[in-house]
Amino acid sequence: MIAPMVLSVTAGLVNNYSVGLKSGLTTRWFSQVWEVYGGTVGWSLALAFACVACTILIGVPCAYALARSHSRTARLFEELLTLPIAVPGLATALALILAYGQIAAFRQSYAFILVGHIVFTLPFMVRTVTSAFQRNELIALEEASRTLGANFRQRFLGVLVPAVLPAIVAGSLMVFTLSVGEFNLTWMLHTPLTRTLPVGLADSYASMRLEVGSAYTLVFFIVILPVLWGLQSIAQLMQKRYGT
Amino acid sequence: MELDRISVDVSNVAKTYRDGTRGLQPTDLHVEPGEVLALLGPSGCGKTTLLRLIAGLETLDSGGRICFGDHDVTNTPVERRGVGMMFQSYALFPQLSVAANIGYGLRVQGVSASDERRTVGELVELTHLGGLEHKRPAELSGGQRQRVALARAVAVRPRVLLLDEPLAALDAKLKESLRDELASLLRRLNITAIHVTHDQQEAMAIADRLAVMRAGRIVQIGRGEDLYRSPSHPFVAEFLGRVNRLERSTQAISLGTIGFGGTSIACPAIWASHPTLFLRPEDLEIGTIGQTGWGLARVEQRTFLGDRVRLHLSSEDQATLLADAARDTPFKVGDAIGIRIQPDRLMTSHEEINT
Repeated sequence: MIAPMVLSVTAGLVNNYSVGLKSGLTTRWFSQVWEVYGGTVGWSLALAFACVACTILIGVPCAYALARSHSRTARLFEELLTLPIAVPGLATALALILAYGQIAAFRQSYAFILVGHIVFTLPFMVRTVTSAFQRNELIALEEASRTLGANFRQRFLGVLVPAVLPAIVAGSLMVFTLSVGEFNLTWMLHTPLTRTLPVGLADSYASMRLEVGSAYTLVFFIVILPVLWGLQSIAQLMQKRYGT
Repeated sequence: MELDRISVDVSNVAKTYRDGTRGLQPTDLHVEPGEVLALLGPSGCGKTTLLRLIAGLETLDSGGRICFGDHDVTNTPVERRGVGMMFQSYALFPQLSVAANIGYGLRVQGVSASDERRTVGELVELTHLGGLEHKRPAELSGGQRQRVALARAVAVRPRVLLLDEPLAALDAKLKESLRDELASLLRRLNITAIHVTHDQQEAMAIADRLAVMRAGRIVQIGRGEDLYRSPSHPFVAEFLGRVNRLERSTQAISLGTIGFGGTSIACPAIWASHPTLFLRPEDLEIGTIGQTGWGLARVEQRTFLGDRVRLHLSSEDQATLLADAARDTPFKVGDAIGIRIQPDRLMTSHEEINT
């Protein structure tokens, strides 16, 4: 895995890939990428953060409901939720376009891609948090707060959510990573004005010099790795502080 | 801190689970104000179910009634029932400090911050948690967690305190010292408490009265000493400690005697027709052979238990009998030994109708 990474990155820094390192190093391709596709970096990160926020808002209450319900409908719903992982992204995207493609303002905005990303990443958040809610300690914590007179809102926000925070953080990390790298769905859902990093990467590979595509990979690394490291260390900090 | 003392009345309370199993048969129970009552029994006997029904964490079958003092709380949700509950796992809030855990109930009920601080301070002192107020539960020992759980449960001034296996999470050595500590804390709080346990020593050490349960029913209720000495049911006798089963031959029944070790004593008249009677190992007297009125036995096994020695004895007329002797007893395996039974130490092995 390391060798292809190194090769790809160096390819983005040499003048001519077919000649190799002898052609000399340059940041020409790098600047070209930044000029043409720089906007996708910000949008990709914004999409990923928005996706995390939405999956938390939708996924955590949903996970609680699934963890506490024993009905068959709940199990069926859980299966349904997992479907977008199994079904090819292209099919999910096509379904979204068929259903909502007519709403032009929505179709042409990043919100359309965001919805696709949420559909795809939600099961990762829900599954992780559901299993945390199902732990016996959590059931005891909830009962303890009930005997002390806490109403549902106080129990949910004051006791349960803090207790499953490590699971929420783990889920968020997964959702963020998946959203940033998502290509299948996004490629179908994007418009020339709404592009993300991976879509831009495909575009540059397809239509420009190999060196530009490789430089793009470098951009991807430079942008994504620090963010991932940052998030990971926050997650570890949370684990240490709130882990039981 | 002064707490209210009220009685708890449970009448015709039963629990049938969704899959049709009966967790608790229709049960009646009265707990005096300020009394500590233990629900004692093996796992699956319904003791935790009864506790959770009283707490309001389970819904009871229709027809039952639960009253706290004069208030019928049968349909009162757990949040407003005014119970304090101590869970087996303690269920302390992991992200909150000791002080925040203890004050949680007051905080959610909208008590002012200064009142909360005062109550928490009082309880920290009562439960000897001084200096630990800012620690998190994960940083505490088992005994400290137990005291935080108790302090949190009583901080809201509950009408009834419910304890679900409060010592089960501790190791054996710690258990004994914390058992006595919990008993004295409950006396100082002077609150009506119901305590669930499967450990008869724990129940006898902590509770004023014991309700021994089996298969979803209360078999017998009474003071620990009374239940131990005169159980009305063989299950109670065997659950509260070791017992010897004394078998009576048809001849012994017709003569009104109990035979052991080649001799016999008169059987108490009320149990004249019972084919078996019970006797505790510590009530089987041992001594040198050849005394008049004593039977003869042989030591088969000698088990040193630290504070005493348990002898396994073989004798005429009876299967192996257990006898508890003082720890410096001279008898060894193979020795012939004299045994005697005082008739007033015998216990019934028959279920009595009035239980």
